[in-house]
Amino acid sequence: MDSPPIVISASPHVHSDRTSKRIMYDVVIAMVPAFLVSLYVFGINAFIATATAVVSCLLFEYLIQKYLLKAEITIADGSALITGILLAFNLPAGLPIWMIIVGSLVAIGIAKLSFGGLGYNIFNPALVGRVFLLVSFPVQMTLWPTAVENNTTLADAVTGATTLGIIKDGLQFGGTMTELSAQLPSHLNLFLGITGGSLGEMSALALLLGGLYLIARKVITWHIPVAVLGTLALMTGIFWWADSEQYANPLIHVLSGGAILGAFYMATDLVTSPVTKKGMLIFAIGIGVITVIIRLFGSYPEGISFAILIMNAFVPLINKYFKPRRFGSKIKAKIV
Amino acid sequence: MLKTFPKGGIHPPENKLTSSKPIQRLPVPKVVYVPIAQHIGIPAEIVVDRKDKVDIGQVIAKSGGFVSSNIHSPVAGTVTKLDMIVDSTGYKKQCIVIRTDAKNASNFVETEYPLKKEIELEPQEILQRISDYGIVGLGGATFPSHVKLNIKADKKIDCLIINGVECEPYLTADHRLMLEKAEEILMGIQILMYALNVPRAIIGIENNKKDAIETFKKLMLQEPKIQVAALQVKYPQGGEKQLVRALLKREVPKNGLPLDVGVIVHNVGTIFAIYQAVQHNKPLIERVVTVTGKKMGKASNFWVKIGTPIKDLITEVGGMPEGTRKIVNGGPMMGKALKNTDVPVTKGTSGILVISEDEASRGETKPCIRCGECVSVCPMGLEPHLLMNLSEKGMFEHAGQEDILTCIECGSCSYVCPSHRPLLDYIRFGKSIVKKLDVSKN
Repeated sequence: MDSPPIVISASPHVHSDRTSKRIMYDVVIAMVPAFLVSLYVFGINAFIATATAVVSCLLFEYLIQKYLLKAEITIADGSALITGILLAFNLPAGLPIWMIIVGSLVAIGIAKLSFGGLGYNIFNPALVGRVFLLVSFPVQMTLWPTAVENNTTLADAVTGATTLGIIKDGLQFGGTMTELSAQLPSHLNLFLGITGGSLGEMSALALLLGGLYLIARKVITWHIPVAVLGTLALMTGIFWWADSEQYANPLIHVLSGGAILGAFYMATDLVTSPVTKKGMLIFAIGIGVITVIIRLFGSYPEGISFAILIMNAFVPLINKYFKPRRFGSKIKAKIV
Repeated sequence: MLKTFPKGGIHPPENKLTSSKPIQRLPVPKVVYVPIAQHIGIPAEIVVDRKDKVDIGQVIAKSGGFVSSNIHSPVAGTVTKLDMIVDSTGYKKQCIVIRTDAKNASNFVETEYPLKKEIELEPQEILQRISDYGIVGLGGATFPSHVKLNIKADKKIDCLIINGVECEPYLTADHRLMLEKAEEILMGIQILMYALNVPRAIIGIENNKKDAIETFKKLMLQEPKIQVAALQVKYPQGGEKQLVRALLKREVPKNGLPLDVGVIVHNVGTIFAIYQAVQHNKPLIERVVTVTGKKMGKASNFWVKIGTPIKDLITEVGGMPEGTRKIVNGGPMMGKALKNTDVPVTKGTSGILVISEDEASRGETKPCIRCGECVSVCPMGLEPHLLMNLSEKGMFEHAGQEDILTCIECGSCSYVCPSHRPLLDYIRFGKSIVKKLDVSKN
């Protein structure tokens, strides 16, 4: 009885086996299918880009925590690893390595650690890194090596525009959807990933697979992805229905331009999304609306990164105003 | 679809190791330690002195006010001391120490009575009996039962709910009692329905106790006014407000009581104690206790005299297992960790849980990743992560506005937090301050 000492603590005395670390590594596992597709499509370049982003994210976190902040080193918690992979997923294959390193520094150093590290950052670090690169190096960031059907190794890849890029440019120069359709990949190719774009946004199929895994593991719920993609489909659907020559169909919008990557992997980032289901829906609808506005009326062909970052800024406000309903509040007396 | 409460809740591993173990009678202890504060409210006042001889069932401490309760001697013997001992709260509390008279036969009489169906007392006498005989809520809260039954004229009760949920993992005391004393419990329900003039009663039992549900269903064929309802297994369904919501779809108002929606809730153990008090003149001097733990070879359920030191129970099941690091009075979700095993069993002791090394300590606290899991499991619709932050930062008024006082301390938030944050600890702290602020304001 006397040894070893008795532990006295307040209840509860049991705990579920769900830990932050496990959640983080589940996210990593969920990104494996998309990573494999990027390896298949872009070959060694995909590997180099991902490895660079991951190693520099981890290294920057380590160095900043050790020498600048003199704080606890948290690189093993999995969050910097996720930031690295997600950043790489948002870059074109073949981007100069030094740019990837700069992007990682911005993501980890500015977007994450300067806000206080994991749990305190307002904006999704990987997206901050990506958007920083996009506005700093617009040429390199929109140079897309494209996989050609039946000919999908790097050696044969050519540089081309993304699906949304073709549509944006084509429509701006007076084209119609019918004229442009010859240049566009088929819906099936879009779904499978035989198209141009960032590393990780290629295959809707692979991303959905990982997304379903995240839902099955209860890392995320359906609310954000469904509401983002639903809003996107509904709004682009209305425009397409009004004028199918000037607006691409909703299927193209959902399947291309990182919509699925954003909806399942970045908008759902636990730290930078609302805590209640109601809040999540508001947040996700906001992302959908902003994405559509940027895609259809903005100067960029693609807008989900900006949309997520803009809505990230509203999360504290959403958390404040969309609270769960308190048990026993505002009820009518109902006595049978 | 089985009934349940709609918002929040968790599914911790049930670990009901002792559900097939009949209730055994623990040998009468040589010495009993009877605290005078075993219930919520004012402690009872001691009415015996050192060296007094007491009979089994004699009042040894009198109710100290309206929200208080009489305490009876669990044994026949001699008062040896009026002492201060550490009870399950960890504080030293006043207690009456009685040495059992080994020669007095009344200590060893098997107090099993034949079922008695005729109710001889008038309603008012029944309620008086419940008050006199020291009946308090045996589900764990130990709220004096007569207070709950004291219904003002402007309130109308249309349903009596019997809480046989036992949603805490490990505990099986209520389960066994329902299996072994179903007829007595039904009789107790009828006594209360008669005393309060309530037209119907529902026994709520979680579906992991199918045998208990079946037992009642069979018996109740003759009793149309009493129903048994199977509930989905979900913690904390045994909470009064959750149970009323689950069974009747009525929501008890924020700062209200079940009474406000026409309901009274009593635990099955309490109902059995009421039956014994009313039909067999037996005060509350013993209760069922589950003694359990994963490494406890002979874990079982026992009839235990109030005041029995917990170490007697541990000895009975084969001693403290190797590597024991935590002893809990109650279940793993809401029970209190004990400092030692000298602490006596009181009216609120539903179980003794022994936890070993691997489960005794908490995980390392990490930053909140705002996953919102605590918000989605909170059965009261609160935001535990926010309440913890507010308490931590000393923003108590704000915490009060965020309804911190409605927290039922079920611990679901701390249970699910993937960052092992001490959510409930901070919320308890915040509640205690907010209560004081509220009092000073009024």
